[in-house]
Amino acid sequence: MKIKIWGCRGSIPSPGLEKNIYGGNTSCVQIIHENTCLILDGGSGIQNLGASLEPEITEINLLLTHLHIDHIIGLGFFRPLYNPKVKINIWGPSASKETLTRRLTRYFSPPLFPVRLNELPANIRINEINQSSFEIGEFKIFSEYICHPGPTIGYRIEHNNKTVAYLPDHELALGSAQFPNNTEWTSGYSLAQNADILLHDGQYRAADYDDKIGWGHSSMSDAIKFGKLAGVKKILLFHHDPLNSDLKLQELFNEAISDNPNNFVVELAKEGQTYVC
Amino acid sequence: MPNQQIELILSRQLADSLSIPVFLVDTKGNLLFYNEPAEELLGLRFEETGFMPAEEWSTIFKPQDKDGKLLPMESLPLVKTIRNRTPEHGEFWIKSLKGEFLKIAVTAYPIIGRPDRFVGAVALFWKST
Repeated sequence: MKIKIWGCRGSIPSPGLEKNIYGGNTSCVQIIHENTCLILDGGSGIQNLGASLEPEITEINLLLTHLHIDHIIGLGFFRPLYNPKVKINIWGPSASKETLTRRLTRYFSPPLFPVRLNELPANIRINEINQSSFEIGEFKIFSEYICHPGPTIGYRIEHNNKTVAYLPDHELALGSAQFPNNTEWTSGYSLAQNADILLHDGQYRAADYDDKIGWGHSSMSDAIKFGKLAGVKKILLFHHDPLNSDLKLQELFNEAISDNPNNFVVELAKEGQTYVC
Repeated sequence: MPNQQIELILSRQLADSLSIPVFLVDTKGNLLFYNEPAEELLGLRFEETGFMPAEEWSTIFKPQDKDGKLLPMESLPLVKTIRNRTPEHGEFWIKSLKGEFLKIAVTAYPIIGRPDRFVGAVALFWKST
């Protein structure tokens, strides 16, 4: 499978010359195998993704981790939603009461957006998931609630003995005062276990996390420790802080690597980058 | 071993942060965790007991009424919570693992995650007067 990152910035789209290397678009990752196209999250990166798709594409599967604005802000500008010939399956987390459709309608309605969800021309099917497993084409997909404010799921995607795990917003340390310790009591462990590529939240510098407990994100150090605990082959640190320039990100990354010696590949996720797994 | 569900992970973390005794069990009533104040009350560290089925923890502390008559497992608040998925409260006597007879009050509540997933239960208990 081929994985392309269309957006890996956290919280808010933040373009700028000082962010040219890692990009300013928010969460959006595309996974392709033959004719099956999975899109993980609808952050601002999905606008460029939509423009890049072949016009003859007929089916798209959009897997949302949660509905924080940086993960859905691009949906209204995703071209296939305006094509009546395209079937779009949207998958996202169940909440306690409101349906996923109703929660998406909050974005797809005035005053936030002029076009309502039920006015979009595409053939849209909305699927609620929680602790779920299902198949899309040849992909086996597992979802599980993870530690982040509001209903939030992470994904594990398997194909042909290769695994990609996607936990872009995930606060590892909130669920465990002694993190990393016991895999059984670590949020997201089953999703990430032995993944070939793990895309994981690494928004903060370790020293800054203490001021942001409960905000739903992890430090780069915690993400690297989690990757080690889960035995992944490669981790891509994701959800870059919108205030961090490329230079700052590299500085924080070098610090995190220095503090956490490891024997697997650790990289900063980079907008536009493609990986083969 | 797969990780526990997020509601149990966060419940354990909360229990670990509290200074009142807390029990955490899964949907079958198996004991998953009890915190340090509970260790003090019961007289045994969690690391020494570890995972324990309901049949074991519900008898090991010999729950009994004021006349010393052993209570059936089904009458215990936490067991009722597991069975009915409702909050329950009760008072009774136990024999701690140190051999002390203690009157305790127990309040139990189910852990029901999104969307209506029953994943376990919590019991808060303390010495009663």
